[in-house]
Amino acid sequence: MNFLDMVQQKKSTPEFRLAIIAIVVFLAMSLLSPDRFLSGQNITSMAFQFPEFAILALAMTITMMTGGIDLSVVGVANLTAVISALILVNFAGPDMATGSALIWLFIALGVAVIVGGLAGFLNGVLVARFGLPPILATLGSGLVFTGIAVAMTGGSAIMGFPDVVAFIGNGQLFFVPVPLIVFVLLAVVLHVILTKTSFGLKATMFGANPLAAFYAAIDINRLLIKVYVLSGVLSSVAGMVIMSRANSAKADYGSSYLLLAVLIAVLGGVNPYGGYGRVLGVVLAVLSMQFLSSGLNMLQVSNFARELIWGALLIFVMIVNTTDWSRFSKAPVSK
Amino acid sequence: MRLDIMRLGILRLGFLKTVLAKNETLVAAVIVAFCILAAVSDPLFLSATTLTDLMRASIVIGILAVAAMLVLVSGGIDVSFTAIAVFAMYSTTVLTLSVMPDMPWYFIFMISIFIGGCLGAVNGVFVVFCGLPTLIVTLGTLSVFRGFLLTFIGSQRISALPPEMREFSRMMIARGTTEAGSFYAIPWAFAALVIVVALTLFILHKTMLGRSIFAIGGSVESARRIGVNVRATQFFVYCYVGALAGLAGIIHGAMGRMADPFSLVGLELSVIAAVVLGGARLIGGYGTVTGTLLGVSLIVLVENSLIVIGIPSTWQSVTIGLLILLGTGLPAWQAKRAASKAA
Repeated sequence: MNFLDMVQQKKSTPEFRLAIIAIVVFLAMSLLSPDRFLSGQNITSMAFQFPEFAILALAMTITMMTGGIDLSVVGVANLTAVISALILVNFAGPDMATGSALIWLFIALGVAVIVGGLAGFLNGVLVARFGLPPILATLGSGLVFTGIAVAMTGGSAIMGFPDVVAFIGNGQLFFVPVPLIVFVLLAVVLHVILTKTSFGLKATMFGANPLAAFYAAIDINRLLIKVYVLSGVLSSVAGMVIMSRANSAKADYGSSYLLLAVLIAVLGGVNPYGGYGRVLGVVLAVLSMQFLSSGLNMLQVSNFARELIWGALLIFVMIVNTTDWSRFSKAPVSK
Repeated sequence: MRLDIMRLGILRLGFLKTVLAKNETLVAAVIVAFCILAAVSDPLFLSATTLTDLMRASIVIGILAVAAMLVLVSGGIDVSFTAIAVFAMYSTTVLTLSVMPDMPWYFIFMISIFIGGCLGAVNGVFVVFCGLPTLIVTLGTLSVFRGFLLTFIGSQRISALPPEMREFSRMMIARGTTEAGSFYAIPWAFAALVIVVALTLFILHKTMLGRSIFAIGGSVESARRIGVNVRATQFFVYCYVGALAGLAGIIHGAMGRMADPFSLVGLELSVIAAVVLGGARLIGGYGTVTGTLLGVSLIVLVENSLIVIGIPSTWQSVTIGLLILLGTGLPAWQAKRAASKAA
C-alpha cells in the first residue's frame, strides 16, 4: 500500500475529519485573537479545564461501544467525590502535616475508585442480569447515586481539605498540569484495552452485533458488567479531579457535564448504537470543544452562545458522518 | 365440566398475571400504597387542598409527558422538548410585550404553540430527512434552542407578563375553602391537560395516523411495507411534540407568573422517567396515555409529598431513582426470564 492509498483510506474515517476540525478551529482562534489565544497562560488554563469532562467522555465512550450509554457518570463522580471529601475532612482536616495527609489522600482515592467500581457493578448487573435498557438503568441509578450524595451532605458543599489534595487538580509536574497527565494516562490505557485486549475486541463485537457475539460464545453478562465497572471507575477518577480542582465536593457539581460527555463521545465518532469508537476520536473531539470554547471566551462570546455552537457542531458532524460521500465522488471509498 | 372449570381457572390466572405484570397496575398500586401511608401518618393529606395542589403541579409535566410518550411510541426519543417549551414561552412573552401587550390569552397561547411546532419541525427535519439518531439530534437541538434563546432573545427574567397571561392564571374552574379551613382551587389550566390527553387518545386510537405511529414504533420496515408513509408520520410526531411543548411552556410561564428563560431545562429526564414508569418502552411500539398519567402522578406525589410519609425530602431523588429501577426492572426481568424459558 503506497502513501496515497493510505491517505485515501484515512480520509474516510471520522477521526480524520475531526482532526481537520480541531486544526481549523485552532487556526481560526489563533488568527482571531493571536496574542491571547496562543499565550502560555491560555494554553495552560485550557489544559487544566478539559480533563475532568474528557475523562467522563471516556467513560461514556466505553459504554457506547457496546450499544449502551451511561447516564450515571456525573452521579458516580459526585458520589465518590462526596465520600472521599468526607473521609478527608473527618480524618485529615486542613491543618494536618503533609506526610500523614498524603496517606489519607491515598486512602480516600482508593475508597473513591472502589465506590466507583461498585456503582458501575450495580449498573452492569442491572443491564446484564436484569435486562434493563442501559438508558433507564443508568438514569435510575444516577438519580440514586446523586440522591445518596445529597442525603449524605444535606445538599451543601464539603470543604476544608489538607493542602496536598489540590495537587491532583491544580498541581503541575514538570510544567505539565496534573489533570492532563491523568487524562493522557487513562486515554492511553483505554486505547490499549479497546484495541489490544480480547476484552476490547469482545466489547466491540457485542456492540456491532449482540446476537453474533452471543453465538460466538462470549459471556455477555460478564462482559457488560466489566464495561460498566470500567465506566464507573473512570467516572470516579473524574470525580477526584473535579473535587481537587474545586477544592470541595457537592452533590450537584458538573450537572451540565452529562450531556457534554455524550456530546463529546458522539462528536468523537463513537457510534451510539455500538460497534465503533476510537479513543483518538474522543481526544480530538475534546480538543475541538476546548479550543472552540476558550477561543469564544476570548472573543467575549457569552456562555450561552457556546452552548448553541456546541449543539450545532454536534448536529453538523453527525450529518457529515452519516452522509454517504461516495455518492458525490467517483472514487470508490473503502469502509 | 371439571376440565372447563380448570381451564377457566387457568385463563383467569393468566389474566391476573398479565394485569399484575403491567406497569400500570404496579404504578397504581404504589400510588395507592403511598396515599394510604400518607393518610395514616397525616390525616390532613386526604383533603381537597392536597388533591388540587397535586393537580396543579402535574399540568406542565403531564403535558410534556404525553408528548414524550408519543415520541417513545414512535420508536424515537426526544430530550429537547424542555428547551422548546422554554423557548416558545419566553419568545412569545417578549413578542407579545413588544407588539401588542393586550393580546387575548388564546392568541398568546396559539403563538406559543406555533413556535413550539416550528421548533419541533426542526427536529423532524434532522431526524426524518437527514436520518440522524433521534437521541443525538434532540441532544444537539436542546443546546441549540436554549443557546439561541439566551444569546439572541434574552436572558432576563420577565415578571411583568402581558396582563392577559396573568388573567389566565387567575381563571379557576372551582375554588373554595375546605372544612378544615384551607383554601383550594382548580385552575382552568388543568383543562389544557385534559384536552391534550383527549386529543392524544383520539389520535392514537381513532385515526390511521395513530395506528401508523404504533406501526413505525414496532418496526419501521414492516410499517413501510404495509404502506405507511413513515416520513410524514415521523415528521408529524416531532411537530406535535413541539406544539405540545409550546403549550406546556406558556402554561408554565403564566401559572408561575414569570417568564424565566432558565426554567424547565433539566426536567427532561424526569419527564421521560415518568413516561417510562408508566410502561412505555424505549424500543418503541408500546405506550399508553393511562400509564403515562399514572407515572406523572407518582413522580408528582414523590416530589411534593414525600415528607408526609416520613421520608426527608433530601431522599427525593433516591426514591425516584429506585422507583425507576424497580418499575422498569421488574418487567424487564420477567421478560428476560420468559425468553430464557422459551429458549
